[in-house]
Parts: sequence; C-alpha cells; structure tokens
Amino acid sequence: MAWARSQSVPTAMPRRNRMTMRRREMINGYVMLSPWLFGFVVFTLGPMIASLWFSFSEYKVIKPPVWIGLANYRRMFDDALFYKSLSVTLRYTVSAVPLGIISALFVAVLLNFNVWGARVLRTIFYLPSVISGVAVAMVFAWIFNHRFGVLNYIIGLVGIPGPDWLGRRQWALWAFVLMSLWGIGGNMIILLAGLQGVPVSLHEAAEIDGANGWRRFWRITLPMISPAILFVSIMSIIGSFQSFTSAYIMTGGGPANATLFYLLYLYRNAFSWFEMGYASALAWVLFAIIMVCTLLSMRVSSSWVHYEGG
Amino acid sequence: MAVSAVHVKRRRQVGKLAQQYSLRALVYLLLIPLAGFTMLPFMWMVSSSFKPIGSGMRFPPQFIPPHIVTTNYPLVFKTIPFLGYMRNSIIVTGGVIIGELLSTSVVAYSFARLRYPGKNALFVILLATMMIPFPVTMVPTFVLFNLIKWVDTYLPLIVPAWFAPAFAVFLLRQFFLTVNRELDDAAKVDGCSDWRILFQILMPLSKPALTTVAIFSFTANWNDFLGPLIYLSSARKFTLALGINYLRSFRGGGDIAPQMAAGLMFSLPCIILFFLAQKYFVQGIVTTGLKG
Repeated sequence: MAWARSQSVPTAMPRRNRMTMRRREMINGYVMLSPWLFGFVVFTLGPMIASLWFSFSEYKVIKPPVWIGLANYRRMFDDALFYKSLSVTLRYTVSAVPLGIISALFVAVLLNFNVWGARVLRTIFYLPSVISGVAVAMVFAWIFNHRFGVLNYIIGLVGIPGPDWLGRRQWALWAFVLMSLWGIGGNMIILLAGLQGVPVSLHEAAEIDGANGWRRFWRITLPMISPAILFVSIMSIIGSFQSFTSAYIMTGGGPANATLFYLLYLYRNAFSWFEMGYASALAWVLFAIIMVCTLLSMRVSSSWVHYEGG
Repeated sequence: MAVSAVHVKRRRQVGKLAQQYSLRALVYLLLIPLAGFTMLPFMWMVSSSFKPIGSGMRFPPQFIPPHIVTTNYPLVFKTIPFLGYMRNSIIVTGGVIIGELLSTSVVAYSFARLRYPGKNALFVILLATMMIPFPVTMVPTFVLFNLIKWVDTYLPLIVPAWFAPAFAVFLLRQFFLTVNRELDDAAKVDGCSDWRILFQILMPLSKPALTTVAIFSFTANWNDFLGPLIYLSSARKFTLALGINYLRSFRGGGDIAPQMAAGLMFSLPCIILFFLAQKYFVQGIVTTGLKG
C-alpha cells in the first residue's frame, strides 16, 4: 500500500488515461460539491442580493417592491426605536460579552487544576447550554419575579430588598446580562481545551526560573490561549447582537422598550408590520456593525494574540 | 552540614505540599458555590414542577415542595397537544438531521479528497458564510418560501439543511482530513468510485464526527424558536418550542407549575442526549473552537 501511495498511481498510467482521470476527478468534485453550491446560491447569496435590493425599496409583501433609494436608511436617522434598540443591544453586548468571557475563563482555570470531580463539575457548567432558550426564559422570568422570585429571596437574605428586575427600566437589561452568565458553558469548554493544550514544559521551565503561579498565568497561560479567547470573543459578540428569544418571551421588549433588542425590533418590522424593505435595511446595518466589530477585534488582536510559530 | 541541608530540603517539600493542598481547597471553595448557582435554576425548575398550582405566588419560595404533586404533568397534556407538538418537533429535527448528514458528507468529501480548480476559493467562501448573521437572509428567504407556498409547512425548516450547512461541512471536512488516505487510494486502484469510497469506507470510519454533527443539529433544531415562529402559523403545526410558549397563554395550564413541567419534559431529550454523548459534545466544540 505504501508503494501505491509513493508511486502515486495516476502517473504510472499513459498520458491520455491520466488526463481522463484528472477530468473525472474534477467532474466528480463539482458534482459532489453541488449540494452546497446550490444551497449557497439559493439560501445565502440569492437572499443577500434580494435583501440588499429590498433595503432600497418599499416592500410590504402584497405588492412588488418599489425602488425608493436611500429612504429606508434615512428613515433610521429619525427612528427613535432604531436608536433605542441599537443602544439596548450595544449596552448588552458591552456588558454581557466581557463578563461572560471572564467568568468562563475563571471557571475554566479552576477546572484545569484537575481536582477530583472536575469532570462532573464540567458537566454541570455545560449543562445549561443544551437547554432550550424557551425553557430557560420561562424559568428565569420566574426567578426574576420581584415579589415571589428566588433571586430576590436570596438577595433579601442579605438584608437588601431586591429590585423589580423585569419591571423597571434601569434593571431589566441587567437581568438579561445576569441570565447570559448562566450560558457560559460552551465558551468555558473551548477555553478549557485551550488551557489543556498549554505545554507543561513551559510552566516547568518558568517555575525553575522562579516565576510564581500568578506570573506564569499572565506571562504563559494567557498568551498561549489568546487565540481561543479571540475566537470566543468574536463568536460571543456575533451571538449577542442576535439576541432574540429570551427578550421575546420574558419581556416582549419592555418595560418602556428597555429590552427592545435589535433583532426583536427587526422581527417586528418584518413579521408584525410587514415592513420588509425597512427590515432588510435594518438587517444590513446589523451586518455592517457585526463586520466592523469582528474586523476591529481581529485588528486589535494582532497586538495581544500570540500564534505559535507565527 | 549535610543533615541540615536535607532538613531544609524536606521542610521546603512539606511547605510546597501544604501550599498545594491549600490551593486545592481554595479551588473547591470557589467551584462548589459556582456549580451550586449553576444548578439552582435547574433544580428550581424540577421542584416547581411538583408543586400545586398557585404555589408560585408564595413567599418565601419553597425549594422542597411540602407534598409532591404530580398533576402538573397530566395538566400539560390536557391544555396543549403536547404529544402532537412533540411529533412535529421530531419530524422537523429528524428531517434536518438526515438531510444534513447526507449532504454534508458528500460536500465534505469533495473538499477533503478531490482536486479541482477553485476549490480553495470556494472553501474560503464556505467559511465566510458562517459569519453571515441569520437576520440578513431571514427576510428574503421568507419571501421566497412565501412565493412557493411553503409557509406554514415544515419544508422551510427542513429543506435548507439538505444543502450542506457550512458549520457541519467544516467539522466533517476537518475529520476526513485526519483519516488516512491509503485506504481510499487502495480502493481507487481497485476501481471503486468516489461515492462508494465515501459511503463504504470514509463514513463508517467517521462515526464520531457524524455523531457530533447529528447531536449539534439535534439540539439546535429541537430548541430553535425563531425559525418555527416565522414559518409556522397554525397552532396544530407548532413545534414544541413554540408549543410550550403557547401554554403560557392558558388559564390553569399557564400557571408556573405546569409551565415548569412542560419546560422540563421539553428539555429532557437534550439533557439525556448530553449525558449519553458528552464526549462528542466536547469534541465538537473543541474542533470548531480551536482549529477554526
């Protein structure tokens, strides 16, 4: 078999035959690729082009789209709810993403000590991630209840009266941030795998040189897992900009639009008011924001992310 | 001299050991409360599902129900067609998984094993599509499905998965690349077609990766809320995710206790699957996270 490989069988054949084999491989390649290619054109590329076109049109489904130029984008400038939903989503992202990553890293570092029962604990921390957004939202709506909820009961034990989490403008978004911390399991697993990939020899060498645990964490562990941190950050930002289900179920965007997440507002434009044109423009603005954030984090990352051998 | 040196060395070792033990104690001291907080919502869900109706309006909340009530579970079945919704969820999730496994294997084979011009560029495009947020394509895709009269059927939820979702292709391709080529080369010499190599050699060897794809696809689709919310309008066609949310709008059945019972029954398949296949979950997350 090693012989067959090193001889790379096609070259051993006559020239004409080789050409047909190459061509056959090429045809097969495209044929086997075609499901994805078709899906890409019909469900991604096509819709993207259509969405761009809709975003420059007035389109309410019953009548064909009418080109209105930049009017949809101009409309956003005067749309108080657009600003509101954008600011809700940005504030949520800015608080939930760093908090979530720091917590995930903290738990991952603790689990990486390989204490007895670490596997069971890992399971416990990941479990919330497999439970549906709907069930989670239903439980948390109840936990956050200001009169009968468990959270305020626990806060009350310390002697502080808990706030009306979901009923007050200044607290509602924080309830969502708190809730997001429950779902850090996926990120935690990625970071833990990163931690486990840090070579022990590096730590041993540093230890001989007299670096203490804290120093080793900052100088060796963090740089070594920085690619994983970057990946987790980017995916969390993208996910956080698309928060929808919990707000839809728990608050419906209230109180006074304090939890009107961007995607919730977009959804309403598209499917409650059938403003497909405006909704498409909103989607492109969201896309642009996500792209800018991703590129920005990649740009900034080059100063702190360490790639092995690069 | 020599004695004291040994003595010092031993003392240092003892000190180090003590330090290690205290570090371990600290780790437990931090981890156990955190794990407790993580379990809390979950246990709260379980305990509330066994409390009588109206007990949610009680303060202080009771963690252990004074007497266990099991009527919430039958009440869920009486209030909403839970089993019907479950069947719908199974149809959608099953349809997605079958299509995703088949189409993804074929496409991943093409990316991992065959040579043709433009392959690398197309693979970059595939990776890029993973970054495109769902909302961008959501509106036109709805318009398209509305045009061909597929709205309020399961087709918009199932059919796209039959065209090789990018995430799964990526995961499988990575796995195929790690499978030794010697086997397929040998099969090729014997005149095996690419299809047979894929279905009879590569796929049986890739069971772990296929399982990972199936599991992720299952949890994602079982739990999906926005998709069914957009496409399904008649109540009897709802999937479970929509159905248990619908439960909240009923008197009695919409009380917190039956809500928790429904939520628990709904989450149970994912939880069981997770315990059965934990290693695949971890593997899948790690593959996409670190090599991505």
